[in-house]
Amino acid sequence: MSSNVNTIRDLAEREYKWGFITDIEEERIPKGLNEDIIRLISAKKNEPQFMLEWRLKAYRHWASLEKAQAEPKWANVKFPPINYQGITYYSAPKRKPTLKSLDELDPEILRTYEKLGIPLAEQQLLAGVAVDAVFDSVSVATTFKAKLAEAGVIFCSFSEAVQNHPELVQKYLGSVVPYTDNFFATLNAAVFSDGSFVYVPKGVRCPMELSTYFRINAAETGQFERTLIVADEGAYVSYLEGCTAPIRDENQLHAAVVELVALDNAQIKYSTVQNWYPGDKEGRGGIYNFVTKRGKCAGVNSKISWTQVETGSAITWKYPSCILQGDNSVGEFYSVALTNNYQQADTGTKMIHIGKNTRSTVVSKGISAGHGQNTYRGLVKIMKGSTGARNYTQCDSLLIGDKCGAHTFPYIEVRNSTARMEHEASTSKIGEDQLFYLRQRGLKAEDAVSMIVNGFCKRVFRELPMEFAVEAQKLLSVSLEGSVG
Amino acid sequence: MSLLEIKNLHVRVDNHDILKGINLTVNPGEVHSIMGPNGSGKSTLAQVLARRENYEVTAGEVLYDGKDLLALKPEEAAAEGLFMAFQYPVEIPGITNVYFLRSALNAIRKYRGLEEMDAMDFLPMFREKLKLLEMDEKLMNRSVNEGFSGGEKKRNEILQMAVLEPKLAILDETDSGLDIDALKVVAKGVNALRSPERSMIVVTHYQRLLNYIVPDFVHVLVNGRIVRSGRPELALELEEKGYVDIERQALAV
Repeated sequence: MSSNVNTIRDLAEREYKWGFITDIEEERIPKGLNEDIIRLISAKKNEPQFMLEWRLKAYRHWASLEKAQAEPKWANVKFPPINYQGITYYSAPKRKPTLKSLDELDPEILRTYEKLGIPLAEQQLLAGVAVDAVFDSVSVATTFKAKLAEAGVIFCSFSEAVQNHPELVQKYLGSVVPYTDNFFATLNAAVFSDGSFVYVPKGVRCPMELSTYFRINAAETGQFERTLIVADEGAYVSYLEGCTAPIRDENQLHAAVVELVALDNAQIKYSTVQNWYPGDKEGRGGIYNFVTKRGKCAGVNSKISWTQVETGSAITWKYPSCILQGDNSVGEFYSVALTNNYQQADTGTKMIHIGKNTRSTVVSKGISAGHGQNTYRGLVKIMKGSTGARNYTQCDSLLIGDKCGAHTFPYIEVRNSTARMEHEASTSKIGEDQLFYLRQRGLKAEDAVSMIVNGFCKRVFRELPMEFAVEAQKLLSVSLEGSVG
Repeated sequence: MSLLEIKNLHVRVDNHDILKGINLTVNPGEVHSIMGPNGSGKSTLAQVLARRENYEVTAGEVLYDGKDLLALKPEEAAAEGLFMAFQYPVEIPGITNVYFLRSALNAIRKYRGLEEMDAMDFLPMFREKLKLLEMDEKLMNRSVNEGFSGGEKKRNEILQMAVLEPKLAILDETDSGLDIDALKVVAKGVNALRSPERSMIVVTHYQRLLNYIVPDFVHVLVNGRIVRSGRPELALELEEKGYVDIERQALAV
């Protein structure tokens, strides 16, 4: 029999490397969701009245949605009903840290980060990357704050922002993703426990890449973080997020919301490397990654660019989108999504052209292996007043083996006849020919597969900051636990 | 000691017997040409030697450099110094020629217990080879074979051979799809790589390639068997009489 197949099977049997559980004491509240829980979360976080009211409005809306039809049903993914009353909506490390330095951090947590390959201390020294680490729900360490403060950049946990900059939070929270947006965004608005907040003032170019690592640790804990990034006029910021989670048999829900606001001439670059636990080879366990990410190019000449590398999660459901409201604004979406074993992904973007001469670029690379199902779903909408709008979409699928699937649902709605649209799509398969060619040159089958896949994704990796591009490539080859029939 | 020794090799593909008892010995430094009509099994022979799967060896053995070649995986055979120039080189979008070749060379070096070569050492060597084959440096940073013309693809195969420095190179119909100018360029590259330490098996349908790459021996493969072996003149005879005559003669003997 073919040893290509065997090698690919061996790859499939590689273990998830990030699947350790950290044993630290946690503070939790009872399972389930009701108005009292919402009040409890808000009280624990010592929130101002406007936050509590917003949460309650969201909760009431969510409760009515749940009664009507629960989760949206249109995505091309399958999962059993979620018991929302069986989830704990708040979990925080018990020793609430008010740290002067990393030395004061719980050593267990530090070790976790080290296993993840994020030595905070080292990053502080070497990389020039400021990390706001979210451990379960509460931010435990924020580095580089001083340097950022010097530039006037606010980079802190969402909770801190609520305490220290309530006027900014109140002004922008829900301005891009309203609490009524969709089932999961509504749930998030009701219960979100923490997240990151960034504000870059007028004319400031953020002096370093901002980075957040999220990690779901506690069993049966949903993680609902919320990120809000505001780039004021002429500001620039590049933000990176990386995600992993330990192995659990049960599924865990992750319903995050990210809102970006770019004012006149501002630019936001948002990069994600998502490696949540994908479930085992049989499709048991894994994260349900139901995330709403949206950016608003509110000002003229503004630009928002999303880059995502999605290799983890049992189910990925996310559509980082751009509302191109300001004239001449630009939206970009670069995506690599890999599904292996029984993973499912329904991901893509929406580019909503409202302003004049707005431009958008969509490059999506979907890789399906094993029994993985990979769906690209995209909408490009040119509104009536959007004269001179342009879109370029490239949507490629790569299949490894014969039990996986690739699906594409591109929607294009044009209401202005001056629009120029381009759409390219391709589907290809890693063939025996390609593998043999690389192996004949001396490469092992697994290295051959990852070389082909990395080549396929190059256009997207190019958009990632250097150190993340390297990490993404490594991650891809580890995640290519591709089983081929 | 001979470099390659094929003894009574029988190969089946999809329940059809393709090779029916091949015997062939190749000594270091020798260039052998295998000629034959379409469907005679010459590409099958090349692919089996390069360890492509989906070929069922039903009898016989192949010793390569003293090892049981048929027990090796393709990448192991490659690391042992066996190289095949493909008839249809595949494209690898997004991977540059230079990155690909350095990865391949380092995989082979690793197998041999040698240290990996870093870019600083690799690039000057690579440039040398480009010069030797009179190839454009621009090829270095283009994706492997992507958008290459037929001639460029075949030259790229020879470039890879030059970098990987095999002990045995199998050229599988390297002349197919080439016009005469491209053929000359490729042949020149191959000749530049001939050496007493390097053996070659040149698989071809047409004699014309052998005007430029003159072999030491010519073997005529018909219907899964080598029906005649001889010196280069045999190729000329073949060109004149055609395969049918040669086969008839061979059967009559």
